[in-house]
Order: sequence, then structure tokens, then C-alpha cells
Amino acid sequence: MTAQRFTNGDRVKVAEITGRRHVRTPGYIQGRHGVIERFCGYFPNPEERSIGLTGLPKIALYRVRFSGADLFKELSSAVADSIDVEVFEHWLREVEDDI
Amino acid sequence: MTSEDNYSDNNVVSKQVHKHDHTPPADQGPVTQVQAIQIAMQELLIEKGLVCAEEIRETVELIDSITPSRGAEVVARAWLDPEFKSRLLHNGTAACLEMGIDLRPTPLVVVENTSLIHNIVVCTLCSCYPRMLLGLPPDWYKSTAYRSRIIIEPRVVLLEFGTNLNPELSIRVHDSTADMRYLVLPQRPNNTENFSVNQLTELVTRDCMIGVTLPKNSVTS
Repeated sequence: MTAQRFTNGDRVKVAEITGRRHVRTPGYIQGRHGVIERFCGYFPNPEERSIGLTGLPKIALYRVRFSGADLFKELSSAVADSIDVEVFEHWLREVEDDI
Repeated sequence: MTSEDNYSDNNVVSKQVHKHDHTPPADQGPVTQVQAIQIAMQELLIEKGLVCAEEIRETVELIDSITPSRGAEVVARAWLDPEFKSRLLHNGTAACLEMGIDLRPTPLVVVENTSLIHNIVVCTLCSCYPRMLLGLPPDWYKSTAYRSRIIIEPRVVLLEFGTNLNPELSIRVHDSTADMRYLVLPQRPNNTENFSVNQLTELVTRDCMIGVTLPKNSVTS
């Protein structure tokens, strides 16, 4: 368990990680920008737990707020105004990072 | 004809009379892959002595006994008690524990509807739901249609539920992707100032705590 890297209001980009393993980061936010809404605490890594490991050490979990128009503007004009999604820290990059 | 005849495989008459034009019970088809995994897991857990059949039955009984009225009591108290509401929004799990509702270790995030924002809960990845507070989720909550459309076109989906939201409201959807669970705290309907806690509780339905509708007596405009 490491100290939390982000705080409320930080702009972040969600990593794009392909592969068939079990992840809790939905595809529609991968590669997209959002803002940290809150730090939720530390939780076991679900990607490791899904293959029988302990998922320890625990990883920082955040709620990240996305703009519906940013995510889905090509799909619909009636999208939700904002979408809050729980994302584990190892999926989050500082916006300046070049993923 | 004796009753034994009726149950005989060779009884041609009863076969002719009992036409199978109705849907067979769901548990009469072949075992699905998910059911096979569930049965194998249950047998293994019992065989290894990790749980006993009685504990599984008790847990199923507990889960089945939880109804949305638990959540409704929490909402009604928050409407009546501003300090409780403040604690509920700060730490939902701790506030529920004050009322004897033990959600631990699951963190409950309570999101408040205001005159500016309407909140809706979904789990786009599966069917995460505050089961210890609201009971089992409705079938539509687990459907692919709800899980995809509520983000892409929430106002259309709400209209299909008969909910005509004020178009000025900003819609915020909460995707329950990991360890949090969510409860929508709806706005208290107008003209309920004299309502008792029990009368208020009656206004709070399951669906308004998911966010697809408003409490009874609410006026949309």
C-alpha cells in the first residue's frame, strides 16, 4: 500500500490496457480524461483476485468524474451530463503523462 | 382408473389429456454452465468443511428477507434529521449502522438529488447493488439494455419508466464498478411538512433510491 497519488480535483487520464484478463475499468473510459471526485480508500486488486491471488497490497481507489459529452458525443446528444466511475490508481495517469 | 394409473408411464389416456402447451418450469431444462459452477462450488465448500449447508440456507434466507423498506427508513430519517443527513452523506455505512443496519465492510456512498442535479445508479460491468440495504436488484437493473442505455440516453430510459424529469436538471450517473455501493437520496416532496416518519417512508420506493424515478407525491415540472 503506497500513499495516494491523486487528490480531489486532479485531472487524470485513464490508461488503455488491452488483454483478456478481468478488469473493473470499463472500456468506455479507457484513454479518456476525467477529474478526481474523491479518494475512496484502499482495496485489494480485483485483477489479481480474479485469478486466485490475494490482491495485496491494496491499491488506492478513486471516483473519477467524466463528462458524458466528452465520452459519447459521437453516439447520442442525450447522454448523461456527468458520469462518476470508480477507478483503481494503477489505471490513472497524470494528464501530462504520455501514455 | 386409480391414481396410480395416472402416474404410470404407460397410461396413454393421461398423456393424451395432459397437453404440454404451457411453459415448463425453469428448473426442468438442462443445467446451465453457471448453475453447474454454483452447484460444484457449493459442494466443494461443504466437502472441505468451510461452510455447512445450514449456513448457506441461513444466508439465502437473510438476503431474501431484506426489502427496500430498509433504505426507505434511512431516506425518511435523512429528510427529518439534517444532522443525520449530513453524517449519511459523509459516511453512508457509519450512518446506517446508527440505525442498526450493518453494511460493513461495504462502503455506502449516498448521493443527494438537489434542485440542480438528479443522480442515477448503474453497474455497467455486472449487477453491483446495495443488497444489504435494498434487497436483491430488480431484473431490469441487471439487463444489458439498462446497463448501456442509462448512460447514453438516461432521459429516454427514464421516460420509459414514466419519469419525466425537469429538462433543466443535470443528470449524473454513478457507475458502480468496484467496491463502493450507492444510494440515491431523493428530494423530499413538497407538501409533506406534516408527514410522520412512517408516512414519509411510504413515499420512498426502491426505484427512486436507484434514481429511475422520484418519490411518490413528487411533482415534476
